[in-house]
Amino acid sequence: MNPHRRSPLVLAATVLVYFFLYAPIAILILYSFNASRANVKFEGFIPAFSDRVVMEGSMVQSSPCGPFHWYCDLSRNNDVIEAAGNTLTIAFTATIIATTIGTMAAIAMQRYDFKIKPFSQLSLYIPIVIPEIVMGIGILTLFSQLFGWANTTFGLTGDARLSLGMATVTISHIAFMVPFVTLVVQARLQGFDKSYEEAAMDLGANEWTTFRRVTFPMILPGVLSGALLAFTLSLDDFVITFFTNGPGSTTLPIYVYGLLRRIITPQVNALSTVWILIVFVAVLLLQWLQSREEKPSH
Amino acid sequence: MLQRLRENKSAQGTLLALPTTLWLFVLLIIPLVLTLVVSFGKRSPDGDVIYTFTLDNYVRLIGYSTDCPNGQAACFDPLYVNILVRSLTLAFNTTVLVIAMAYPLAYFIARAHPKRRNLFLFMVLIPLWTNFVIRVYAWMMLLRKEGAINVVIGWFADLLNLPFTPLEMLYTPGAVLVGMVYEFLPFMILPIYTSLEKIDNSLYEAAADLGANALKTFFRVTLPLSMPGVVAGTILVFIPVMGTFIVSDILGGRQVILVGNLIQRQFLDARDPTFGSAASLILMVMTLIVTYFYTRKFGFGEEIVAA
Repeated sequence: MNPHRRSPLVLAATVLVYFFLYAPIAILILYSFNASRANVKFEGFIPAFSDRVVMEGSMVQSSPCGPFHWYCDLSRNNDVIEAAGNTLTIAFTATIIATTIGTMAAIAMQRYDFKIKPFSQLSLYIPIVIPEIVMGIGILTLFSQLFGWANTTFGLTGDARLSLGMATVTISHIAFMVPFVTLVVQARLQGFDKSYEEAAMDLGANEWTTFRRVTFPMILPGVLSGALLAFTLSLDDFVITFFTNGPGSTTLPIYVYGLLRRIITPQVNALSTVWILIVFVAVLLLQWLQSREEKPSH
Repeated sequence: MLQRLRENKSAQGTLLALPTTLWLFVLLIIPLVLTLVVSFGKRSPDGDVIYTFTLDNYVRLIGYSTDCPNGQAACFDPLYVNILVRSLTLAFNTTVLVIAMAYPLAYFIARAHPKRRNLFLFMVLIPLWTNFVIRVYAWMMLLRKEGAINVVIGWFADLLNLPFTPLEMLYTPGAVLVGMVYEFLPFMILPIYTSLEKIDNSLYEAAADLGANALKTFFRVTLPLSMPGVVAGTILVFIPVMGTFIVSDILGGRQVILVGNLIQRQFLDARDPTFGSAASLILMVMTLIVTYFYTRKFGFGEEIVAA
């Protein structure tokens, strides 16, 4: 029996499922070139380039950017730029902290026995088995009670008042990212040949040197793919951010959600398209790292 | 002191795990305990929490009331129970549909030429990492009256000279179901693929040698061995569907209210965190019970990490 033999039924189902996965994305991208500002129907591409934007009713007749009018429009939208900046700041900060402490925890869970280990293990599994909204409103309650108490107790007023913002979003993101980093790095450590470390120790390296020169380089691909996973989780997060953001810490998903409840121009589609392209590159990078991980260079 | 730490393996382990454990303790365990405490509290007139011990919020969730319209002593209003049942049913239907769609695709990828597998998987990952909110928006564009689906059906109707009035698909329970299936499909494909890929080819050869036909091989070899993937996928789909509120918010309008919407509204519009907390705890208990019985029956695979 040929192991790669395909049943036509499976093939048909596969084609249909891929179509289901990609048709909405194709439509989304197509509408980013829509000449109609109302964006309800696709009314064709913007036909011409011109020095300034020419509109007729809700139709864009010509634009300095031609068919890419909505992308130029997007690049001038300060709210989007601010939201993108917030999203990246939060994702970078949270990824660095989550990857550092998550990797430490993975080493502890894999290599050591200690009293609080069962408790650590349990808390690592919680974010996977409870709905995100439960976590979101729990954290919101924690922050609002804590800040309310601190603001009255210490008489904080004006700018000194503690409130939801970039810090609360970042801290909360780290909480749901850490378990994923730990799981990925732990998986990497499981397939790790301890004899390399023993050899280093036999040759007189101390524990720190062994870690720096042997252990760390070998788990690095795992750490990097854990970090990249955490980063994408942060970029993608809506629920936790929704409950922990405040004025000035709007992220892109929150911004888009806000727009969906109001008027939607093709600018949102342009934003989505740019987003998809960035994600495409990020996933490529992740794939490349994972393929490197499968065939270690040592 | 440093010398003593160097010799004490247990202390080293504790120190390494401490930042993560503390972080998760403060941002997961404490919030859960707080939610429990708040759910027994009372709402103050300006929307704050008065800490006391009352079961009022849970009684209200069940729908039991002594303030009845036609003068009875006690009555039940199934409003919130209906929301819970609707969420459970939707999560169940979504999971079944997602398994039915993900399995053939995962099977196809697992049996494809090893060189092409990564490309096919990559094609599953792209929509997964396209932002959640953007994916809901895409379906809004597809489903609305003037949307792409109606346009395409209209073309076919024109071609066949049939009369056609655009279908009202947005803001229906069906729209929410489709949106949920779309959102969570990749979470099922990846773990099923992982468990299918592990199956040794020699098992198929053995089944064939022993005279099993394709169907029998599938039900006696492939399916049982891929169950860990299905279980992991179910957990990754069922739990988030139970708690998601954006899909129903955008695609269901005011027609389809799920537990997630109920909780969100208590915290933002209705400003009754005590009732929202009670609903949130019920949601958590419901998902934990389902997960517990499901994993006890089928085991808890390591495939969960794969996604």
